[in-house]
Amino acid sequence: MYYLYFIMKNLGRKKVRTILTCLSIVIAFLLFGMLRTLGSAFDQGAELAGEDRLVTINRITLIQPLPYNYLAKVKTLDGVAIATQANWFGGYFQEQKNQFPQFAIEAEDYFSIYADMYALPEEQMKSWKSNRIGVVIGKALVDKYKWKIGDRVPLIGMFPQQDGKTTWEFEVSGIYEAKTKGADTSTMLMHYSYFDEARQFGKGTLGWMVIKVKDKNQSESVAKQVDALFVNSPAETKTSSEKDFTKSFAKQFADIGFITSIILAAVFFTMLLVAGNTMAQSFRERIPELAVLKTLGFSDATVMWLVLGEAIFLSVVGGVIGLLFAQIIVTGAAESLAATLPGLMMTSQVLLQGVLLIVIFGIVTGAIPAIQGLRLQIVTALRRR
Amino acid sequence: MSNSFLQIPIISWMNIRNIPQRLGTSSVAVFGVACVVGVFIGVLSMATGFQRTMLKGGAEDVAIIMRSGATSEMASGLGYAQAQEISHLPGIARNGDEPISSPELYVVVDVTKRTTNSSANVPLRGVLSGAFTVRKNLKIVEGREFTPGTNELVVGRAVQRQFAQLNVGDKIKFGSTQWTVVGAFEAEGGLAESELWCDAKVLQEVYRRGNSFQTIRVKLDGKEGLAKLKEGIASNPTYNFSAQLESEYLAEQSKPLTAFIKTIGWPIAILMAIGAIFGAINTMYTSVSTRTREIATLRAIGFGSLPVAISTLIESILLSVIGGVIGAIVVYLLFNGYTVSTLNFSSFSQVVFDFAVTKDLIIQGIWFAVIIGFIGGFFPAIRAARLPIATALREV
Repeated sequence: MYYLYFIMKNLGRKKVRTILTCLSIVIAFLLFGMLRTLGSAFDQGAELAGEDRLVTINRITLIQPLPYNYLAKVKTLDGVAIATQANWFGGYFQEQKNQFPQFAIEAEDYFSIYADMYALPEEQMKSWKSNRIGVVIGKALVDKYKWKIGDRVPLIGMFPQQDGKTTWEFEVSGIYEAKTKGADTSTMLMHYSYFDEARQFGKGTLGWMVIKVKDKNQSESVAKQVDALFVNSPAETKTSSEKDFTKSFAKQFADIGFITSIILAAVFFTMLLVAGNTMAQSFRERIPELAVLKTLGFSDATVMWLVLGEAIFLSVVGGVIGLLFAQIIVTGAAESLAATLPGLMMTSQVLLQGVLLIVIFGIVTGAIPAIQGLRLQIVTALRRR
Repeated sequence: MSNSFLQIPIISWMNIRNIPQRLGTSSVAVFGVACVVGVFIGVLSMATGFQRTMLKGGAEDVAIIMRSGATSEMASGLGYAQAQEISHLPGIARNGDEPISSPELYVVVDVTKRTTNSSANVPLRGVLSGAFTVRKNLKIVEGREFTPGTNELVVGRAVQRQFAQLNVGDKIKFGSTQWTVVGAFEAEGGLAESELWCDAKVLQEVYRRGNSFQTIRVKLDGKEGLAKLKEGIASNPTYNFSAQLESEYLAEQSKPLTAFIKTIGWPIAILMAIGAIFGAINTMYTSVSTRTREIATLRAIGFGSLPVAISTLIESILLSVIGGVIGAIVVYLLFNGYTVSTLNFSSFSQVVFDFAVTKDLIIQGIWFAVIIGFIGGFFPAIRAARLPIATALREV
């Protein structure tokens, strides 16, 4: 306590300088919080992925469909608990820029396979199932387009209907909820039966399959069994765990993580230099004082700790404020970006890294002056003016 | 007043010559600004490079015809009969009697990316001979064209460098079909270089597309071409496709990603700039305080307070600009031409592009540095101007 008072007094000596140094540290950690969150948003899907779920796609690529009868064949496998399928609808609302994902799926199966992530109230599920053109939507879509249950939503899709029209009419039957934080709620789900019946091309095909295995330790062998079913057929499959699937998909976006780390490194380097230099400068000016302290009987180590303590104190204050601001901004941005960049949130992992960096930052900026303080010779220091 | 104008260069020159005495703090300010400008230019050069690649691929005299409602080539589909009718619409340039048109298929295939060693959506375009007439900037630079009717591929130079197994002579499997790479082409760095090309007839068979296509590119007949073509389409209510300039289509396709990079890039740059301003302010306060006696002496022998203030500002801006120039040069050397490939969500396929550090970006970056220097020097300049002469002279 006694030393803390001393440190505070020292920091209060040149208030402008202290505040400026502190603010540059705030900025460094604000950027750290935001960039790391952005970087991890791309890996988010992989973290949320269920360990007992597999995804089967056409070996050629994700967009190439598979025959619908594959689903029945997969269901006969021993290790499979539930299997369902989904299709990309690829539509937009009114204008091209209003694009969001829409999947044509089978209601019951889809929600039971994703029971850990999404929930739809029982009565809404009922009314949805009885409505051929019914769709269910998530919170992000409700927020963005202000749709509510009962609203008619026309979408322009990439699949033409039997009569060649590309406008599809839907009706909102329910709003599903995300059960895990960061789960995507910007997807619209529609009935596959309606979609497949009404479309002109691609009838009797499915986009990809989602499989829930009975025992997650068996995932790998089930994946192999699925692919073995269709080997040497015209449409071979590629089955992988949901985690690997999302990971490899995230990797398609150049290396966002790598680019954000380069930027972060530049940011940190800059701020470290700016803050570190000011701190070093402030200690240089106080060398005679440190000598006086030693003369009064403070040990070498105490003087070193005083100097280091001051640096760490400044770093903690600035760093914590910066991370706090980042948290506030990310929470705010997550709301408005939910439809374009779902899953934006500051994870505890990012926070932990931040705290660790705060300490390291303090030690690094304080190290050189602290060692100087430790080695300080009273006589030479006092003589210096 | 004219007197104080004369004083400005004198004091500024004196300050600048004294910078070596404050080398430590001055270089921190320079370095800080260098990093900020570097990051600023670096991030935006990504957006510029991507846009450049996308736009280079689009010609002003070529129209692309897709099914109405399709937002990208992949989402479009046109039957054989439609394709025939389209090529006989008005407004299309002719080579003798034949309309210059190119019906194409556009799909993506999984190919392994070298940097991440995981598979990514590479576009595979099925073309007929018309494709080479419609695009005039395309040149085979290695090997030969594919032989129609065979499983042969020609690959873009850019995609060949970024993805594995695409060298001339390589055999590569998509699904259960094996293909042989027989040639590589260049397209002046445009989007086509991110693609693999093969015979449309073969692709129709492999992908079970019957004899349908996805898009048709046509060469327009003069300036009126597009209007005539659109008129022709509108005149028949059963037509459910629409035409647009290829360049406009590609500009539209490049928008989301470019906007995304910019919305991320600007806030980062501005936040960093604020950090650098704090650094600059510190540096300049130090500069003023170490020169306290010098400034007081100048004031005592008749120099005005305004020239003293302005000279401090000039010093600050100069340091900043030096930093900005260093940052720009370093980023230019490191990043200009650095090739990456990313998923363009609009087309759901990979686009290979180079970072482009353009003159415009560098100029913007230097302006950025000037602003940082100005704000950073402003308050210290006021302090310098307000130094009480008598007390300042007494200071040690």
